[in-house]
Amino acid sequence: MRRRREFYLQLGLTLLACAFLIVPVVMSVVAGFTTNFFVGVRSGFTLRWVVEVWTLYSHTIFRSILIALSCLAVTLVVGVPAAYVLAKRPGRVTRLVEEFLVLPVAIPGLATALALIIMYGTMREFRTSWLFILVGHVLYTLPFMIRSVLAVLTSIDFRTLEEVAASLGARFWRRFFTIIIPNVRSGIVAGSLTVVTLSIGEFNLSWMLHTPVTMTLPIGLADSYASMRLEIGSAFTVIFFVMIVPLLVALQRYGTPRVRHRPRAQEELKAAAPRAGAPVPAKAPP
Amino acid sequence: MQNRETPFLLVMVLPAVILGTAFFLLPLARLALVGGSGPLGFGAYLAVLTTPRYFEALVSTILLSIAVTLVTLAISGVSGVFLQRNQFPGRDILVSFLTFPLAFPGVVVGFMVIMLSGRIGLIGDVTALLTGQRLVFAYSMAGLFMGYIYFSIPRVILTIMAAAEKLDPEIEEAAQSLGAGPTRVVRDVILPALRPAIIASGSMCFATSMGAFGTAFTLATDIDVLPIVIYTEFTLLANIAMAAALSIVLGVITWAALAVSRAFAGATAAAAG
Repeated sequence: MRRRREFYLQLGLTLLACAFLIVPVVMSVVAGFTTNFFVGVRSGFTLRWVVEVWTLYSHTIFRSILIALSCLAVTLVVGVPAAYVLAKRPGRVTRLVEEFLVLPVAIPGLATALALIIMYGTMREFRTSWLFILVGHVLYTLPFMIRSVLAVLTSIDFRTLEEVAASLGARFWRRFFTIIIPNVRSGIVAGSLTVVTLSIGEFNLSWMLHTPVTMTLPIGLADSYASMRLEIGSAFTVIFFVMIVPLLVALQRYGTPRVRHRPRAQEELKAAAPRAGAPVPAKAPP
Repeated sequence: MQNRETPFLLVMVLPAVILGTAFFLLPLARLALVGGSGPLGFGAYLAVLTTPRYFEALVSTILLSIAVTLVTLAISGVSGVFLQRNQFPGRDILVSFLTFPLAFPGVVVGFMVIMLSGRIGLIGDVTALLTGQRLVFAYSMAGLFMGYIYFSIPRVILTIMAAAEKLDPEIEEAAQSLGAGPTRVVRDVILPALRPAIIASGSMCFATSMGAFGTAFTLATDIDVLPIVIYTEFTLLANIAMAAALSIVLGVITWAALAVSRAFAGATAAAAG
């Protein structure tokens, strides 16, 4: 009997926590489509607020998408090779480099933004362009890309794969692009989803780094909360939810890089081993 | 092969190092210097402790973050273990509800708090109906407290669930068969096994509560937490040196908290591997 009571107590607490998180989400969805939220839903439903958000703030949405995709491009080009080097040469120096590269996550965005403003604030062109915000986002998201790729690399036997490819005459870059990259794909996907999600929602850095002509989506949200009627803020929040939900679903599905259950390197080597004399990894062209 | 590869490897890691140096390390060093460039010199760092306004903000931010961490751990600990252990219809929906706000920025969390406890909020409606008095607390420290719990539950619950998945039910059964009651099983078996996850997610929760800015900014710009004080010093009072010194102090605190978190997260990962 006692066990059942405990079950229901825990279920009750869990349901309360769910309500705490979800009720305001539902409320803002309702408010975003209600003619007058103060009067209530009997005032009728409308798309007016969504249209108004679009005319007022669509530029912030497009800018956020631009920054998120640019941020993804930079973190891919910079982060994936860096992660490879960190995995390739484990040691005290690389350990320090890794600590250094992931440090921006541990410092509040406000502090990083202040530091950037103090250092580069006088460069007018740079300060007033969206690239200034991009720099902040890259600093903040790069550690996630590096860690995600690094987690996969340390779980597979990429050295053996590389040696096999090298013994067949594949040079360094070819090995990197045809052996390493395909094998860390799950880490790249997980890292990319994290980078885009974080960049689209980033506020702490962006608030300090933005100018009136470089507003991003979260800046627009804060602006609408502060200076527009509640229904407009709600409608904008709904638009944000619509953008973020697909990313979240993808993150839940692909967000954890497959590090343990799929030792690809070994699988592929095993598959290749019986063909004595020609152990060609699956992805390497002959 | 090892040595011939070194130039390639250097080329590959160099962009990241240059980026980090130019846009993070150097600016941060500059920030630390600027922190000592005010009328107080490097005494500004001491002023964080000796000037009541800054010290009180520091203490209240720390207390707020500790309270948020404890409450979040209690809620997420119970719900996380519960959801990991019990299969029932609707369980997966509850899990996705509890992790849904994971990607909300602080400003949106602030808006959620306003929806719940703001001037037209649900809590106000309910209390007005019950007592005739509208309870409105969104625009204060209490609202911030609520917002940070909102923000932290999804993150902490994921860590707890991952750790609870690895709990061995046989140890609990053994404890029960040796006569341990439910309280003792929780205290002597479940909690020690979850300890690394609790410390890791707890210190992460503490660090984010210390450094968060968006939620407080949405609710009210006069709540005396450290990030708001920094923002006020910088933008309204143009006291750039003090803002810099306070940022450095805040950065050291969050960095230390996250270092603890990573140390323990590493321990769990190693133990699991």
